[in-house]
Amino acid sequence: MTKFEYAPAPESRSVVDIAPSYGLFIDGEFTEAADGTVFKTVSPASEEVLSEVARAGAEDVDRAVKAARRAFEKWSALPGAERAKYLFRIARIIQERSRELAVLETLDNGKPIRETRDADLPLVAAHFFYYAGWADKLDHAGYGANPRPLGVAGQVIPWNFPLLMLAWKIAPALATGNTVVLKPAETTPLSALFFADICRQAGLPKGVVNILPGYGDAGAALVEHPDVNKVAFTGSTAVGKAIARQVAGTGKKLTLELGGKGANIVFDDAPIDQAVEGIVTGIFFNQGQVCCAGSRLLVQESIQDELLDALKRRLSTLRLGDPLDKNTDIGAINSAEQLARITALAETGEAEGAERWSPACELPSSGFWFAPTLFTNVTQAHTVARDEIFGPVLSVLTFRTPDEAVAKANNSQYGLSAGIWTEKGSRILAVANKLRAGVVWANTFNKFDPTSPFGGYKESGFGREGGRHGLEAYLDVR
Amino acid sequence: MSDKTEQNRLSVFKTYKLYVGGKFPRSESGRVYEVQDSKGKWLANAPLSSRKDARDAVVAARKAFGGWSGATAYNRGQVLYRVAEMLEGRKGQFVHEVAHAEGLSKSRAAEIVEAAIDRWVWYAGWTDKIGQIVGGANPVAGPFFNLSTPEPTGVVAIVAPRESSFLGLVSVVAPVIATGNTAVVIASEKAPLPALSLGEVLATSDVPGGVVNVLSGRAAEIAAPLAAHQDVNALDLTGADAELARELEIAAADNLKRVLRPQAVDGEDFAADPGTHRLTAFLETKTVWHPTGSLGASGSSY
Repeated sequence: MTKFEYAPAPESRSVVDIAPSYGLFIDGEFTEAADGTVFKTVSPASEEVLSEVARAGAEDVDRAVKAARRAFEKWSALPGAERAKYLFRIARIIQERSRELAVLETLDNGKPIRETRDADLPLVAAHFFYYAGWADKLDHAGYGANPRPLGVAGQVIPWNFPLLMLAWKIAPALATGNTVVLKPAETTPLSALFFADICRQAGLPKGVVNILPGYGDAGAALVEHPDVNKVAFTGSTAVGKAIARQVAGTGKKLTLELGGKGANIVFDDAPIDQAVEGIVTGIFFNQGQVCCAGSRLLVQESIQDELLDALKRRLSTLRLGDPLDKNTDIGAINSAEQLARITALAETGEAEGAERWSPACELPSSGFWFAPTLFTNVTQAHTVARDEIFGPVLSVLTFRTPDEAVAKANNSQYGLSAGIWTEKGSRILAVANKLRAGVVWANTFNKFDPTSPFGGYKESGFGREGGRHGLEAYLDVR
Repeated sequence: MSDKTEQNRLSVFKTYKLYVGGKFPRSESGRVYEVQDSKGKWLANAPLSSRKDARDAVVAARKAFGGWSGATAYNRGQVLYRVAEMLEGRKGQFVHEVAHAEGLSKSRAAEIVEAAIDRWVWYAGWTDKIGQIVGGANPVAGPFFNLSTPEPTGVVAIVAPRESSFLGLVSVVAPVIATGNTAVVIASEKAPLPALSLGEVLATSDVPGGVVNVLSGRAAEIAAPLAAHQDVNALDLTGADAELARELEIAAADNLKRVLRPQAVDGEDFAADPGTHRLTAFLETKTVWHPTGSLGASGSSY
């Protein structure tokens, strides 16, 4: 049979205009860092330098927190309906500029345009739209009459969904009347800076949103700042624990959305083709750089061979390459550092005796790339079954009974997500009841919606983002 | 009506029409009635709807119900927000109409129109939240998943407020459609023009045809067939006087329409916080049971 090759279908870069340099966004103005330091942000798919960005330090954090504090009084005193209208404006401008932002995000992050265009950006706009509506309805949210904001929120977000994580942090914070200082990740600062421009277009009062591109030191300074009332962090469990120690004794309210090692449980009656799609979505969406990735496949022993054959066939059809190509399934790994981490963990997997498999897959010569990878013959003791890899690496384990599946799924320091594949409704619900995970997907995976709370059990963090529950993180309801 | 700039030019009058099924028909009866401002000056002729117009409107509303109630709450929210955006752009027209209809100063009318725009925004935000505050999981004492969710009642006939021709109108229509119902609304009898103009806004706001149908005429004449109509599911009597309300409520009992009764004699303060009662009045609660099965004891030790 003739095999038809895909022709390149690149999305145009011309919709986005990236300036050669960007400042910090403090008190409604773009400004240089106090010590004049800058850093470069590169496209992980080509290592091309995209822009030079001011690097925030402790002094800048102080300036931004002061601006947020000054803005807080008026912002929190605005009628909720007026705050709502600002957020609705932001949501609409994001919708209008979504193609531009999708291309920008793909350039700065390395993820496929199909994902930024069809997942990230629609969810970002929807998140602002949803929380906009809460701003004048807080009395109805179940936290008592007239719940009050906390004050200045210090927010530190990761690089895997730069703009979506920003939305998850900023939308509920503003809706409830807080002001924010947000630090985007050092490898993906651009979309947050474009968001600053959107705040200006929306006429948002100065100081309500402050954006500080920078590294971990800026994040630590923000968390430590005595005039911050609320800390929200999404990132690794190790840093999350360090933050929990930092804020101990300060009375700052803390929410953490950390790592995961999600179990994707496939029972013998599951529809194989659908399950395979779900497994692929679960671990290869965003190159597996997803805290709620289904990185442990738990397959019932009786269907292991059939499922793995189908899965390998499917993986052979995944297209890795130019993230701006609309046909691309697997984009670039976000940074050289992250690539090194994934590579090391995969080597550990081999060294510990797990069996490694990847489809034939040509990697581009420049940029950071990692082929989709499966590990079989994995036991619960293996590093690849315990540690979060945060890359396109799936560890396959087996089970015989539902009890065993639940026991293995729960045998993790993490508890963020899980998947269940079976045609039997009562089994879905019974298994879901027993799973110690904050989000359980049944016959689907990696589904997100602004109305639906997201967050972890155990060392995957605490607090919920999204939905009515997401308001609590920003209200003084202790 | 501003004279200086129009010295030599004859202005074009608008023919006010009904808004039914996304179209702008005249009354099938061919009748109109005179609409006057608060000082008794003629403003325009408005269609005097018949019983047949009312029945046609119900058919249109029913036809639109499947699509509208089946749309995601997010989508409905965006459509309602779009109405606010469109109204903001046509504020001048509505300020003018409300000022004449209710005998108000321009600045007072502007306040009312602005409040009406904000009311659309308020309800736009409710579409995807009402289910989260009135629905939820029920902890039944058994191995069952048990979830209650609100669903729209269906076609709602609304007698719009008599005095508050625009803010009152928006305040009764928006909550009905926010949750996925479709509406047949009878405009204020003496001040129907803002309502008929609202139809023009809805027609250009991504609101599917038939979701809102606007009739003008004598409330008593049009409301009676709606209250007795077997394909109408609910009745909002806000604009009916006590005697009419009682008659309509009796007629509504025939197929047990959900009825929202008018407030106190002095009417409702539409400038006040609207709360949620107008949303919940036209919702059904559906509860789904599903067995959760059992895994045995061992799963619980983790």
